[in-house]
Amino acid sequence: MKEKIEEIRKNAKDMIDEIVDLQELQELKVKLLGKKSELSSLLKGLGAVAQEERPKVGAWVNEARKEIEEKISEAEKIFKEKAMAAKLESEKIDITAPSTKIIRGSKHPINRVIEEIQDIFVSMGYDVVDGPELETDEFCFERLNLPQGHPARDMQDSFYITDEYLLRTQTSAVQARTMLANEEKSPIRMICTGKTYRREDDATHSHQFNQVEGLVIDYKDRNTSLADLKGTLEVFMKKMLGPNTELRFRPSYFPFTEPSYEVDVTCFKCGGKGCPLCKKTGWIELLGSGMVHPRVLEMNGYDPEKYSGFAFGTGIDRLAMFKYGITDMRYLYANDVRFLSQFDRQDKE
Amino acid sequence: MILSKNFLKDYVDIDENLDIKTLAEDLTRVGNEYDLAQKLIPATKLIIGKVLECVDHPDSDHLHCCKVDIGNEVLSIVCGAKNVRAGIKVIVAQAGAELPEVTIKKGIIRGQESNGMICALYEIGLDKKYLSEEDKNGIHILPENAPVGKDPIEYLKLDDEIIDIELTANRGDLLSMLGLAYEVGAIYDNPVKELGLSHGESGEDLNNSFNVKVNTENCSLFIARKALNVTIKESPDFIKNRLIACGIRPINNVVDISNYVMIECGQPLHFYDADRLGDTIETRMAASGEKLTTLDGIERTLEDTDIVISDGKRAIGLAGVMGGLDTEIEETTKNVLIEAAVFNSVRVRKTSKKIVRSEASNRFEKGLDPNRTYMAMERAVKLLEKYADATIQTGKVVYDVANKEEKKIDIKVKDINDLLGTDISLDDTLNVFRRLAFKTEVNGDVITVTVPTRRIDISIKEDLIEEVGRIYGVNNIVGKLPVVPMKLGHVDKTDREIRNKMISLGLNETLSYILINDKDVHKYTNDGFEELRLLDPMTEERNTLRYSLIPSLYKIYEYNKAHYTKDVCIYEIGKGFWKREEERGEDKKLCALMTGEYYLGLDSKKQVDFYIIKGVAEEVLDYLGYGNRYSFVLPKQTLTEFHPGQVAEINVNGEVVGVIGRIHPEISKDAVYVLEINLDKLLAKKVGKMKFKEISIYPTVNKDIAVILDKDITSDEVSKVIKKAAGNLLVSSKLFDVYTSAILGDKKSMAYSLTFGSNTKTLTDDEINPIMEKIIEALEKNLKAELRK
Repeated sequence: MKEKIEEIRKNAKDMIDEIVDLQELQELKVKLLGKKSELSSLLKGLGAVAQEERPKVGAWVNEARKEIEEKISEAEKIFKEKAMAAKLESEKIDITAPSTKIIRGSKHPINRVIEEIQDIFVSMGYDVVDGPELETDEFCFERLNLPQGHPARDMQDSFYITDEYLLRTQTSAVQARTMLANEEKSPIRMICTGKTYRREDDATHSHQFNQVEGLVIDYKDRNTSLADLKGTLEVFMKKMLGPNTELRFRPSYFPFTEPSYEVDVTCFKCGGKGCPLCKKTGWIELLGSGMVHPRVLEMNGYDPEKYSGFAFGTGIDRLAMFKYGITDMRYLYANDVRFLSQFDRQDKE
Repeated sequence: MILSKNFLKDYVDIDENLDIKTLAEDLTRVGNEYDLAQKLIPATKLIIGKVLECVDHPDSDHLHCCKVDIGNEVLSIVCGAKNVRAGIKVIVAQAGAELPEVTIKKGIIRGQESNGMICALYEIGLDKKYLSEEDKNGIHILPENAPVGKDPIEYLKLDDEIIDIELTANRGDLLSMLGLAYEVGAIYDNPVKELGLSHGESGEDLNNSFNVKVNTENCSLFIARKALNVTIKESPDFIKNRLIACGIRPINNVVDISNYVMIECGQPLHFYDADRLGDTIETRMAASGEKLTTLDGIERTLEDTDIVISDGKRAIGLAGVMGGLDTEIEETTKNVLIEAAVFNSVRVRKTSKKIVRSEASNRFEKGLDPNRTYMAMERAVKLLEKYADATIQTGKVVYDVANKEEKKIDIKVKDINDLLGTDISLDDTLNVFRRLAFKTEVNGDVITVTVPTRRIDISIKEDLIEEVGRIYGVNNIVGKLPVVPMKLGHVDKTDREIRNKMISLGLNETLSYILINDKDVHKYTNDGFEELRLLDPMTEERNTLRYSLIPSLYKIYEYNKAHYTKDVCIYEIGKGFWKREEERGEDKKLCALMTGEYYLGLDSKKQVDFYIIKGVAEEVLDYLGYGNRYSFVLPKQTLTEFHPGQVAEINVNGEVVGVIGRIHPEISKDAVYVLEINLDKLLAKKVGKMKFKEISIYPTVNKDIAVILDKDITSDEVSKVIKKAAGNLLVSSKLFDVYTSAILGDKKSMAYSLTFGSNTKTLTDDEINPIMEKIIEALEKNLKAELRK
């Protein structure tokens, strides 16, 4: 009997060794260990074995069975590993091939700069306010101390729709709106950004362009002075153009401020050494600013005896051109996708 | 305004060694920018030479070979001028000389040595407009006595330096050498010198024989004087050269004097041939349609807003703008009537804008000092007496309603320091006013400043503060940040959020012009509005304000297509403008245009189609919080520019807020899809706060269902029926397949995946099966659907 079991065991081992795939192994497993297998029949036939022999034979059979099971499971493991390896091999791809993605969007450089400016001023407690682009003569000129026939109106030839309505020539129009809307006549700290329009079109001027306008009004005893204006613009410009930027204030004339100043900044191309961009002066004229004209305060409901303030404005297009090294203003409005799609990532602070 | 240093020095002392650039920078510092600061004749290495010998060049039909003595040597020079000859004295540019157009080098010209250049005046930098016919066509021939070896610029008294100053609109006073002298005097603390005004006069008082009439409020001052027996000739060099330096062409002594005095005093004068004038001069408004032939020979038709000068019968000049041809000063003029007047600046500006901007009109427009008008008159007759041998007739005829009083303004040092943020002392303040030649009087802490009438720009305290800031030096003021109560700044970030959403969906942001052509303004919309046209467009291409942004974006698409970009997915947030009844307004709109490939990748390319742009619209609406509140519906009226089968209006809470669709194939052969949402309309609809909803811990159950129904039944209709029949245990229903075939004919099969779930229990088949039956029943009943098995 022992020999028979031994033979079954040996045959089984040989058969397992000859198996080539998992499928055959499963079939062999049934054949060797299933209900109809030799080992099973041996156990079934145990009744015919002498009483005292039975435990011994039973143990032999179980031992053999266990051994075969282990052998099969070992083989099974190897086959599974092989199968997995083969499957993985077959699924191997070229990881350098192009990815699948949605096309990438981008934000227009002008709006990038607008958002940056808004963030700078909001962090200093300014409100960002909005105003109409189709303005009335009243808000664009009259309330800013530019009555009909004022020579400064020549400085900005405008797009009129009617005698009364025009496309705003400057974001300053929002100054008067903000002052009038403030019924308690409380202090104001605001900026306004947006589109402005003038009747000119050449290599360096677009008839549509963008400005930012700032207005601070406070009680006179808090000393909202020219020194504060200078400090504010220094913070603004150094943040936009870099910490080495210097500012130069030049007395100038705007009807809505008195005194008025034009502000030059260190040429952003040459750093002040002098180059064609700054006409070898080392300076770029960038902002207009000044102390709010008492007439403007008065016309818009703020008593100039009690309040004073400052205002400033600058063109955003040139800031954007500098910031991204854009060589021609016309790129900003051509909307060539090859231009737009370059502004497609987070910008470094 | 061009400043001539030689001219300026007549009125104020300046350091001889002061560099012109430094002067220009100093003027800039006090608020007067400049375009140019240089020598009047910037050419270098020029020397007076005498042509000793001049023979024809052996290998040329027009060149000459000259030997030119320049004092310490004799140069061989090849010269092409027709008027070069032996014996004349000429301007020689030596080797190394830098002329405006060329740098002179030693060289060989057609085999002949040439070590310099004999110059024409225009070659050394004098504009041809100042030159005689002879000088325009050849080299300049110097007088016999010109000293060989010396500097010709100095010899010609052209050794001047100039600054081209850009004045601000309020500083009309600086349109004169005298005004600039006050400015320069204030900078360097030097007093301004007086102008010589004394002259003789003789004969009967002009008032007895001549009338000045003013019949308009647009003339506040009119002075007339007569200069008799003038000799018309060439002006002395200093007058000619100074006019040239200031950009004015010398003509003859009389005309030049009127210009000279204008530059000197800032007061334009007009000289009439008195013998062609009569005994009256009148200032009045023109009659509408009145004709006048101006100096330039052009017949002008006038309007009743133009101020004219008349001889009592007809117009003889446009006040402040241009004189008439009939009374012009000519070579034969004997007697001159001089006009010095002040006209309304706005009227002069309107007229000059229409006719011609001139040196005179520019000064009238900026406003004049009436005291200076009197001064200019006296100065003019003095110069006529001296340089035109005139006899000045006794008396002047005057009409004067001008305000000639000096303004007095009170100011405290505290006012100055409060506004400037400075710590300037009383002494420093008074010092600034003294330098500006403003009189002051101190009473306690109040300074009363008397502002000279020349400074018409100063009328309030703040103007004086500006003066102090200017002269004290604004760059001496130290910047600081305002000390104000801390407060939150506010910015509405909705636009920014939308932008970021659109970018994450793969769209490029554009920035287009709001001005478009009127023929496009009503496209892509059925909204009723009146278009807003510009009164005076720059081009017809941009004559109207846009209503929809789609025409703008479509133009951008066309541009890019023409520039080799097929895949265009762009968006913009901008304004659209309208007029309804008498109301004008503007709405903020979001517009997108998509065409070409949307997904990229090896095996997963996907062209933009209606459902992609619909997805973009839904993404935006969902992101802004309008989920479940919108639907896409067929437009009630045909939208002509859209594909009739691929267009929808976006409806939020029953209001149309936008449109999406494919552009009509007749407009674009390519499949181009657009989306526009009126953000003002949309965002006016309130959205609740974002809030957490409890997550169910029980499993959900999925059931698929497929039905066959009429092709025309929309997905929306099927969804609505399913949702209504299913009740609140239905978590979601998704259409995952639509199938049509020849066998199905005019029917289609639609397959939905339904998910059921509950927050309180695990659902069983006993609960779900009846719901499924209800759904099937409802679909059969409402949509004549047939369950597909």
